[in-house]
Amino acid sequence: MRLEPIANPALTRRLGLPALALAGTVVIASLLAMIAGAQPFSVLGLILKGAFGSKFATLETLNRATPLIFTGLAVATAFRAKLWNIGAEAQLYMGAVITVVLGTGALAWPSGVLLPLIGVAAMLAGALVLLVPTFLKTRFGVDEVVTTLLLNFVVLLWVSMLLEGPLKDPMGLGWPKSARLIDEARLPRIIDGLRLHWGFGLALISAGFVWVIQRRTTLGYEMRAVGLNAEAARFAGIPVNATLIKTALMSGGLAALAGFSEVSGLKGSLTLDISPGFGYTGIIVAMLALLNPLGVVVAALFVAGIFVGADSMSRAAGVPTYLADIMLAVALLLMVLAIMLTRFRVRRG
Amino acid sequence: MDILEILISASFWTAAIRIASPLIFAALGELICERAGVLNLGIEGIMVVGAFAGWLTVYLGGGLWFGVCVAMLSGMAFGLLHGVLCVPFGLSQHVVGLGITLLATSLTYYCYRLALPEVTSPPKIDAFQPWEVPLLSDIPVLGQALFHQTPLTYLAFALAAVVSVTLYRTPLGLALRAAGENPAAVEAQGLSVSAIRIGAVMVGSGLMAVGGAFLTMSAFNSFFFEMVNGRGWICIALVVFGSWKPGKTLLGAILFAAFDALQIRLQQTPLGAGIPYQYFLMAPYILSILALVVMSRRAQVPAALMVPFNKGER
Repeated sequence: MRLEPIANPALTRRLGLPALALAGTVVIASLLAMIAGAQPFSVLGLILKGAFGSKFATLETLNRATPLIFTGLAVATAFRAKLWNIGAEAQLYMGAVITVVLGTGALAWPSGVLLPLIGVAAMLAGALVLLVPTFLKTRFGVDEVVTTLLLNFVVLLWVSMLLEGPLKDPMGLGWPKSARLIDEARLPRIIDGLRLHWGFGLALISAGFVWVIQRRTTLGYEMRAVGLNAEAARFAGIPVNATLIKTALMSGGLAALAGFSEVSGLKGSLTLDISPGFGYTGIIVAMLALLNPLGVVVAALFVAGIFVGADSMSRAAGVPTYLADIMLAVALLLMVLAIMLTRFRVRRG
Repeated sequence: MDILEILISASFWTAAIRIASPLIFAALGELICERAGVLNLGIEGIMVVGAFAGWLTVYLGGGLWFGVCVAMLSGMAFGLLHGVLCVPFGLSQHVVGLGITLLATSLTYYCYRLALPEVTSPPKIDAFQPWEVPLLSDIPVLGQALFHQTPLTYLAFALAAVVSVTLYRTPLGLALRAAGENPAAVEAQGLSVSAIRIGAVMVGSGLMAVGGAFLTMSAFNSFFFEMVNGRGWICIALVVFGSWKPGKTLLGAILFAAFDALQIRLQQTPLGAGIPYQYFLMAPYILSILALVVMSRRAQVPAALMVPFNKGER
């Protein structure tokens, strides 16, 4: 078989194929749920109900989407410049650690000063974690896919060490858990009495901000040029390495905000299970969004909806919870295929 | 016990060879994929599938070698999926690979829960037992380490030789290497780049799955979640460390495993007791990163690695 580029893909093709990919995901998930003993055709309804069926469910989904927007933006930013950042998980935890270091009483300043300070410090720390593999890539040509992946393990072990040592809560009854943040270091709720916090607002603002950088600034143009063809970009006089390093700073910083927002907005303290793989799921979010920053918000809501909805579905129907991960993997694979098929036609021979 | 004493003990080297075995299978599998031009980041998930498929087969009453075959076939199935998406369709090998890892891992956990809904501690199986090679196993230290192992370990070492000979001494190996270096030349010979690449990814993925099966069928007797625990990613680093050569990759796996076995033992010495255990667990990953830095400069990356080949272009 051979692939032929399509000059001007029709709208039906551009919308129809992704829709088909999502439909395929639902069909496969339904089949697997049926095998596990659930009612046929009930899966989609139960997931939707679990994710958006009530005010509580919807807010839970928005909360779940918040870190995914940050990690999705981090991945989308990096991937656009073909900087393969698989280490958003490590950057997230770095942001979370800084939040705890500065927010548990070391600095007793008013919220208006303390929160921005913690946010910026967390971003710097996260950026630093990605800067190391990026430097190894630009200086020694070391593949950043493997190094960023391996750093996830290193940083997680380091956090585990901190939580059993210097950051351990003396009142924590022996659990590897940090002390609680002081009130000044907590991101406020958006509506009183509901769990949704300003981390979600910050995530939306970040998405808009990244969109502006990508579409309206020289840096955004340079990042795209480096991603499309680094050789051509270098020939055109774009400082490729400097652009990659700026990309890394931005990407690592965004991922670290996920950690900041989870600790400061949602949990109030740091444990080792603060992220059930938000860094990795960010890759799926970014790909589903076609690396578009505003699309990341939609994709994060979709992915969060699958998680929250599948969780409640699996309880209601007695299906293993791993179905949510299967759905995401299938959605990811079918979606990249669908995206490709919008731009190319398959010819025999 | 000090470091020197550990280094000359037979039990240390026996452990090192045992730890190296799954890495050898999986790293050789990755090497085959990459030599044909396809990066396979599905390795971590494919190892999980292999570990589960082999274990389940034996648990349900199949023979041990039959279990190895089932593991290999299930790995090949995921390899086929990866190959089809990455080769003829030319999708991003990074993204598809990570998708395969997620799919393979979650499907395995899902099947585990279906097969054993209420089990908290997974049942054990009668795994491969060490088989002493007559005469050779009597050699002090070396004999204990090399020839007092399970059959799968011997298979791993034999495999390195087979892969090496196939790659460098057969027309098949030549075609496979060419697919990763200069696919247009392969096409000019009238061979199908797609067929070679997909075949290589299937065989490579099958070997990764056997590497996973080693864990349940030769090392732990049972299947646990998270049991592969990053070994797949380490194998990707090992391939770079070995500069895409089977012999060096084998050596890298043994060195790496020796270091791993050493850190486990150091933790129990007075020297190690004062250091948080997390440092020891970090060491393999940091070591892999350092190895990548050192080796990347000299490494001979297959020229067409991750470059999709579209028939009739160029």
